[in-house]
Amino acid sequence: MSVATSVYACRVDDVPLGEGRAITLDGRRIAIFRSGAGWFALDAACPHRGGPLADGIVCDNAVICPLHERRYDLASGTALNADDAVVAHSVRLRGDRVFVTLAVAEHVTA
Amino acid sequence: MAAMNPGVVIVGGGIAGQAVCEALRERNADLAITLICGEGSAPYDRVRLSEILVSGEDPQTLQLRPPEWYADHEVELLVGRRVTWVDPQRRVLGLDDVEELAFDKLVLATGSQPLMPPIPGIGLAGVHPFRDPGDCDAIRLAAAEGAVERAAVIGGGLLGLEAARGIAAQGCAVTVVHLLDRLMERQLDAGASALLAPALQGLDIDVEFDRSTQQIIGPDRAHGLRFSDGSELMADLVVVSIGIRPETELARSMGIVCDRGIIVDDAMNTSLPGVLAVGECAQHRGIVYGLVAPIYDQARAAAATLTAIAGVEAAANGLYLGSVMSAKLKVAGIDLVCAGDAVGDLEAVVTDAATGVYRKLTVRDGRVVGTVLLGDTRGAESLVAAVRAGDLVDNPLQALADASLAGPGDLPDTAQICDCNGVCKGALVQAVTEGGCATPREVMAVTRAGTGCGSCQPAVIDIVAAATGGLSDEPAYLCPCRKQTREGLASQIREEGLASVSDVAAACGTGRECGACKPALAYLVSEVCANQHREERDARYINDRVHANIQRDGTFSVVPRMYGGVTTPDELRRIADVADKYEVPMVKVTGGQRLDLLGVKKQDLPAIWRDLGMPSGHAYAKAVRTVKTCVGTDFCRFGLGDAIGLGIEMEKAWEGLHTPHKVKSGVSGCPRNCAEATIKDIGCVAVEGAWQVRAGGAAGGNVREADILATVETRAEALRVATTFLQFYRENADYKERTYDFIPRIGLDKVREIVLGEASGAALRERLRIAKAATADPWLERDDPYHPRQFDDLESPEEPVLVGPPAGAQL
Repeated sequence: MSVATSVYACRVDDVPLGEGRAITLDGRRIAIFRSGAGWFALDAACPHRGGPLADGIVCDNAVICPLHERRYDLASGTALNADDAVVAHSVRLRGDRVFVTLAVAEHVTA
Repeated sequence: MAAMNPGVVIVGGGIAGQAVCEALRERNADLAITLICGEGSAPYDRVRLSEILVSGEDPQTLQLRPPEWYADHEVELLVGRRVTWVDPQRRVLGLDDVEELAFDKLVLATGSQPLMPPIPGIGLAGVHPFRDPGDCDAIRLAAAEGAVERAAVIGGGLLGLEAARGIAAQGCAVTVVHLLDRLMERQLDAGASALLAPALQGLDIDVEFDRSTQQIIGPDRAHGLRFSDGSELMADLVVVSIGIRPETELARSMGIVCDRGIIVDDAMNTSLPGVLAVGECAQHRGIVYGLVAPIYDQARAAAATLTAIAGVEAAANGLYLGSVMSAKLKVAGIDLVCAGDAVGDLEAVVTDAATGVYRKLTVRDGRVVGTVLLGDTRGAESLVAAVRAGDLVDNPLQALADASLAGPGDLPDTAQICDCNGVCKGALVQAVTEGGCATPREVMAVTRAGTGCGSCQPAVIDIVAAATGGLSDEPAYLCPCRKQTREGLASQIREEGLASVSDVAAACGTGRECGACKPALAYLVSEVCANQHREERDARYINDRVHANIQRDGTFSVVPRMYGGVTTPDELRRIADVADKYEVPMVKVTGGQRLDLLGVKKQDLPAIWRDLGMPSGHAYAKAVRTVKTCVGTDFCRFGLGDAIGLGIEMEKAWEGLHTPHKVKSGVSGCPRNCAEATIKDIGCVAVEGAWQVRAGGAAGGNVREADILATVETRAEALRVATTFLQFYRENADYKERTYDFIPRIGLDKVREIVLGEASGAALRERLRIAKAATADPWLERDDPYHPRQFDDLESPEEPVLVGPPAGAQL
């Protein structure tokens, strides 16, 4: 995919505050988070052992994987206590609808 | 023995009397010491009364030392006895006019009385001083019962404000009426005071200035205040906190020279040889100290004088040369520390009215003489230390800025960290380097730092961490980001009536930065609120959001409850049907004698629970899990006790209770111990004619044999002891601390004392009963989900719908 486009993902009410939910967009498994600081999206699988990040504990700016407690920055995907970063995608709201712009794979650096 | 050497008699069982007692015993192990307490209890921490007013805890928790301390340290403790006369010539005193007691030396630690203004109506019902646990109870009851529409506190000093906070915490409207135009005028300047009033307003405490109360309006009981300008304030509860009057009556009757207080010299001697005075009753160099920290210095000086060898002058360092006044306002929601003089000939002030921050350093002749820190108390320890030491300072503004960046590690060894117990940084470091302490908890136990009001605990933890080189891996902080301890948070939850994790986050910021402590906060809130809290699922692990155990591939496992490991053909049939219908990849018997359905998809959970029609086994939670049993007397030819019966009773009594970490139990019907009860968190073993109740066993990375809590005669008693221990663990363990770590930390003797104690045990069981009443089977959320998408992922579109705005568009 060369041109980034925003894709409709869900309604605001579909994700409880402070939690995440997984979705498949454009063939890619994504976790969408609704934290106290806003909306974020990361690749759904933890780079460590593939844990479902959407099931993690979410705080303002980070998510903790439920399997081995690896922590990632929600906005950038930076690994906060792990080796590898996770890919971050951008999220925008229009009314009560949530859109995700998938990151272009080539531009992602670990 | 007493006739041979009557020793030292201390009159007055307050903080001062206790401090003299301890300082004396430290210097001399053999000296006979008698402590006479006029109040009906052993010495307690009066400074923390305001906390009790807020939380409603038993004043018993304020005891400075447990009852056995006095026996262990050979201190004769006389409680509820009053000294009615002293004959200094004969060195004899009279107790309640009936008994005589001889002494070599006498220490007067008679404290003070609350000052009550001689105005009409002061004796009416509904008017209280705020001095002892009785006042505390009376105020709390009146404020809490709803009969009082508004309370008034006369006096805007430290104690008055703390009393007002306590009243407001009961949900009662409260007004502080103050004689002057600013609050805490003895400690604060006008600038800080001006910011303090609005901060109090934010806690629902009204303040009225320039109010001179002329009369308390009656006639049958207090109904309001009338001021000198003729205006009135309606109030059905009036608390008077305008100051203290040193208790000098006994001293005067002995012919000792008194002014406001009993006049003492630098060695704490009164005008009568062999008689000393310490604490709020004493007047040293013209000053009567009404705060706690100077009392410890005075007590040490008194001990030096009392143990000095006759004819030898006390060394200079054994003398008391006066104290710098320092104070912390213990009002949750307001940070205020002040020390020394609020005005000087040079002052540096940093203030931000919008955020309620006021930081000031006062200087005289180039030396730091005072500080006021409101709203932002960073660096308080180092600034107060600078005031105490009278440090030279070139640029006070720079010193203020530097202090806010300095950690406790940068403090000098002489900086006092714990004001309640007078412990300096050096003593904390020494406890690690020489005393062999490895954790903050050990250091606190040895030095008593942090065991008073607790406000210095974060500093103690930092200093110990620095001294141990960070070797301590003890989870001392529940929230390391905000340096909050479990104890501190629990008392804040109680005091402020916080009911959810987001309430706690709003109050002190915990759980927002790294999020790791959210489950611990969720447990703490639920435990303190006895499950009457407001549940917020985002603070729970995924296991507790969907009530199933997440597996390595993101699927879940389902373990229905089978009390005592006993099932029926009908249950087994349903389990088999569910396994078929939902294509469950594996069905396995667990170590705890249950059946585990493994590899279940999250979205299938509600339907599976419905088809099973069995309650949750809580195999996913930090909660009471299984009680494993042997067949006991039902079928086994060796059985001595009904293991299955007791196991089922335990499981039903505890089902649904969450715990700091998982609790696995077992009941064996004879000492052959087929249910492995001796390596369980809680285990019962039937022996001939009795039940052993054990706790703290482990069979994980380390194997630990469970300690025997008690051996009791009946099944009912076994259940009672085990239940009491469970609640003790629920209330006192750190999150993720298993029973086998918890018991060694607390000490088995202490655990037994509280769990087996009649009153303490009954109180624990009562609290468990209340918490249990509010539990429900979480699998019922199949029909009443917490959130419509509790168990569902988002619906993924077949083809992405490209309807969104282009990237980067501002919405």
